[in-house]
Amino acid sequence: MISADLNIILPEILLSVFAMAALVGAVYTGKDKVAPALLWATAALFLALAFWIGVTGEGTQVAFNGMFVNDGFARFAKVVILVSAAAVLLMSEGYMARRGLLRFEYPLLVTLAVVGMMMMVSAGDLMALYMGLELQSLSLYVVASLRRDSAKSTEAGLKYFVLGALSSGLLLYGASLTYGYAGTTLFSGIIQTATEGSMPVGLLIGLVMLISGLAFKVSAVPFHMWTPDVYEGSPTPVTAFFATAPKVAAMALFARVMFDAFGNATADWGQVIALLSVLSMFLGSIAAIGQRDIKRLMAYSSIAHMGYALMGLAAGTELGVQAMLIYMAIYVTMNVGTFAFILSMERDGQPVTDIESLGMYSTKEPGKALAMLVLLFSLAGVPPLVGFFGKFYVLRAAYEGGLAWLAVAGVVASVIGAFYYLRIVFYMYFGEDREDALDGGKSPVLWGFLMVSAVIMVVGVVNLFGIEGAAQAAAATLVN
Amino acid sequence: MEEMLREYLPILVFLAIAIGLGIVLILAAVLIAVRNPDPEKVSAYECGFNAFDDARMKFDVRFYLVSILFIIFDLEIAFLFPWAVAFKDVSMLGFWSMMVFLGVLTIGFAYEWKKGALEWE
Repeated sequence: MISADLNIILPEILLSVFAMAALVGAVYTGKDKVAPALLWATAALFLALAFWIGVTGEGTQVAFNGMFVNDGFARFAKVVILVSAAAVLLMSEGYMARRGLLRFEYPLLVTLAVVGMMMMVSAGDLMALYMGLELQSLSLYVVASLRRDSAKSTEAGLKYFVLGALSSGLLLYGASLTYGYAGTTLFSGIIQTATEGSMPVGLLIGLVMLISGLAFKVSAVPFHMWTPDVYEGSPTPVTAFFATAPKVAAMALFARVMFDAFGNATADWGQVIALLSVLSMFLGSIAAIGQRDIKRLMAYSSIAHMGYALMGLAAGTELGVQAMLIYMAIYVTMNVGTFAFILSMERDGQPVTDIESLGMYSTKEPGKALAMLVLLFSLAGVPPLVGFFGKFYVLRAAYEGGLAWLAVAGVVASVIGAFYYLRIVFYMYFGEDREDALDGGKSPVLWGFLMVSAVIMVVGVVNLFGIEGAAQAAAATLVN
Repeated sequence: MEEMLREYLPILVFLAIAIGLGIVLILAAVLIAVRNPDPEKVSAYECGFNAFDDARMKFDVRFYLVSILFIIFDLEIAFLFPWAVAFKDVSMLGFWSMMVFLGVLTIGFAYEWKKGALEWE
């Protein structure tokens, strides 16, 4: 009985045991000297697990009396999380090493955060949900303030922690109300109370509070205020990590709670999510216009993108979940490439984040400038790049789900948002060639990630690398 | 529905008493307390001598570290206690769950020790 349960969560156990063994091993041997080796080992383990989870595991397996669910939806999210976390780790090695930030705790904290995310996407119970969420969040608070001697980095960590604790409080209060009215913390039990007759008011309040807590984690407006400061203050590789894997995990968890625990009350939570979605899209698009710091700009960009992903969820259909999964996978791929470029923005060995310093970058590094141009166009959703198909899927899902007004709002916000992406392109190709312009940036790893990501944006238009079918199968297991 | 709400009635009564008593005590302090401040009364209390300076001073961050480490093991006891009291009824699964929990804590302890968190200088 218990061995069957443990068998189902074997990937999570493996990762946790690896993190603990490596922690003790590293602290008793070379300490920070083993950090590069540990980082590569962690990334390799992530990729191996992603492959393993991707090719094995058929159907839906339930462990620990329903607290842990391993279905197609969870496996899709886990593969995206593991691959993006591995990519970000590999990108960060050079940057962290040059600034003396490559401590051996860094890859291990990322590992623990990933374990938390894998728990989140597989949660079948409010307690499992909270455990996964906190394991993820606590690790992220620490990596945000990894640069201990910088006021901005510690501020980022503290701000993230205080606001994160507030949102956890909201979520817990919602969970307790839900438990009080449903009499169980299992999603499969909550859905019974939620669907028989009209939903009790207490359960509805619990639902809205759960949504608020989760909206904080995906940085949807009006719970977004931490995002720009945390993105700006954290070391850039950590920012890249924040913008990718945790967003996928939080979005997957969002979908899981809504469909597994409140599935048939689509009208109740759909309107709340539609509101979050439309606010996020517009605030993300408009507030980014005033930003000169590329990390803050990417923070607002991620807020806007979360708005689009939520649009798929708001539709409340299988097509909507499929669109959301495709959107998140595309978003992560674009962000990995964009952050590979941002990590290589340097002058005399110092990182630069001012977008005007990109003036006439195209004359110095035509290849990288072109790759960045492709990525920015894709982020803006310009056809025929892959980013356009991501937006197309969510807009179609919203339209077919009866939310035509939301789809129209999405198109308008997308047009507004295109401005600030195109402005970076303008600086790169037509800007002033300033004296304090950027150096070329020589890291082959970053160059590789940037180019691969840009090529995917172009080549992927053929069939999206078959991700469509995988996302559809994953969505089908969630929405019954 | 009605019946379920009735089950929670004691909590409602408790809440009403708690909030009411809190308000009464705060209001009583505002309304009927004798207020007659002098410098001795309002300065920070130091045992046996006059206060040197403001009580709001910077604390060494290591105090914070020690208190955090203390809380972790304090919480461990909070988990261990009910487990130990109900030891007869705990199954083998419960026994080994606690052993795994203690093992994880020991790993953290070994790490912080080797890392030098327990040394003051």
